[in-house]
Amino acid sequence: MDRFTWSNGLLEMNETLVIQQRGVKLYDGEDKAKLDVGIALLSTHQLIWRDLKNHECCIAIPLSQIIYFEEQAAGIGKSQDPILLNFLKERLTEELSQKRWESTPMSQPIPTATNSQTGRTRAVGIVGIERKIEERRKETEKNISEVRREIRWRETRAKEMVELSRSIANKIKDKQGDITEDETIRFKSYLLSMGIANPVTRETHGSGTHYHLQLAKQLGDILLAPLEERGGMMALTEVYCLVNRARGMELLSPEDLVNACKMFESLKQPLRLRIFDSGVMVVQLQSHSEEEMISSALDNVTDKGSLTAEEFAKLLGLSVLLSKERLLLAEKMGHLCRDDSVEGLRFYPNLFNSQA
Amino acid sequence: MHRRGVGAGAIAKKKLAEMSKQLETFKSNLEEFASKHKQEIRKSSQFRVQFQEMCATIGVDPLASGKGFWSEMLGVGDFYYELGVQIIEVCLALKHRNGGLITLDELHHRVLKGRGKFAQDVSQDDLVRAIKKLKVMGNGFGMIPVGGSYLVQSVPAELNMDHTVVLQLAEKKGYVSVSEIRESLKWERERACHVLDHLLKEGLAWLDSQASGEPQYWLPALFSELTSRDVTPEEANQITP
Repeated sequence: MDRFTWSNGLLEMNETLVIQQRGVKLYDGEDKAKLDVGIALLSTHQLIWRDLKNHECCIAIPLSQIIYFEEQAAGIGKSQDPILLNFLKERLTEELSQKRWESTPMSQPIPTATNSQTGRTRAVGIVGIERKIEERRKETEKNISEVRREIRWRETRAKEMVELSRSIANKIKDKQGDITEDETIRFKSYLLSMGIANPVTRETHGSGTHYHLQLAKQLGDILLAPLEERGGMMALTEVYCLVNRARGMELLSPEDLVNACKMFESLKQPLRLRIFDSGVMVVQLQSHSEEEMISSALDNVTDKGSLTAEEFAKLLGLSVLLSKERLLLAEKMGHLCRDDSVEGLRFYPNLFNSQA
Repeated sequence: MHRRGVGAGAIAKKKLAEMSKQLETFKSNLEEFASKHKQEIRKSSQFRVQFQEMCATIGVDPLASGKGFWSEMLGVGDFYYELGVQIIEVCLALKHRNGGLITLDELHHRVLKGRGKFAQDVSQDDLVRAIKKLKVMGNGFGMIPVGGSYLVQSVPAELNMDHTVVLQLAEKKGYVSVSEIRESLKWERERACHVLDHLLKEGLAWLDSQASGEPQYWLPALFSELTSRDVTPEEANQITP
């Protein structure tokens, strides 16, 4: 209701009356508005409502602001002819789709201050720059409001699709009906295109779309060499930067990367996505086994007497983040002990283990 | 003869076909939109905000995948994903100094510097959205509200509410002391020390034991003067923690 404005109810030069309907009541949401029975007039540009009893009372809403309308069952004491109402609805739908108000604007644009200065020499200096900025801002605003209208219209379409996808997803979840595996995959790719969260995802196998499958294969090839160079393990953020820098265009989203990595196992790639207790996600080479990593940590620590994550990182040429994870892993397996102080976290060989 | 059922199965299939059709229409619709407004998305941060809000209302995430319509046709994806790379790189470069905590302002400043003169306009809203996406990669990306803006965390350090509150307290001067904490927050000495020790261990705070009065705990993330001069990793290693 707050989009309606007071109006004189008169049509402009370029505006045409499409249909008018008597006996229309206005409701504001659930309660009746203060306005009662009147006439509804549909023009090419607006929807006008005029009170029958008090002709002065007249409000209107520009059609460009109507996002969505729906039919509701008529209340008690039908004073409206259902056939006419239907006709009104049809014409409204038509006007909304034709958008004739766009091609014939109602009022002339007010000339801006800059127009009156066409006779002057081109302004230079700060004043000129300020003016340019102001012009650009106005231009952007104009574009934005234009675009906003276009967006609004598409918003409804998109909303419908989201609703539809939800109901399909529910059916798949409840295993209703005989949707084939292929169809499910197709559905998931629709969701992917639209950017709708998939409620049917199985965490272990990622999104299950062909796109991510292909991506996983590609990553399997691209990442082998870099992984070897970095001791067999790379943080996912490192991978993200590496891959996207190499691509330059058509970049991967963080989610794309995660979903693709989740498929390594099922594709029998020599890589794995691994999530540490801390939440850090890495891609690691299958060939670099757990035991290798732990014994290398233990060996290095024993060799030096004790090591912090930073020192270990320098030794192996790894990032501090990953070297810390390795030390923590070795500790978890009982091979290392920690000395936690304000001077940092330092690891020692677990003598309880070796000298038991 | 196999009779096509009228039950739930047929309905689901029919809906799927309908969705496929609607998707095609929507796609060509979006293409038309893109041909007119693709430039705006790249140039105007204001426009991007509007666009994102619309998507949120609908319930779609335009940044979920590089393979999504929004990404492919409007190029929104590339803008944000590239920004993500730049954010990660800036945070990584400064981690040795601030422990993985940086103000949104400083991040913004450095990202803009890295992008160069001819790069597109990047707003703080853009950064926030890019960071939200980075979270899924599990490297501890998060945002802590501090003094009207945010601190961006880029390491998986455990920061609970106690830590956050102390960070907020330190925001005004860039440092904080035990007695300040006890006064403002009415905590016991034990609790204040515990929190400060944790920040020290995580490398987020530096101890100035030579300060007049009592020791001061400084947060490099909140330094503003230091942004003009960079500390190299080698220099940082020589500084006793």
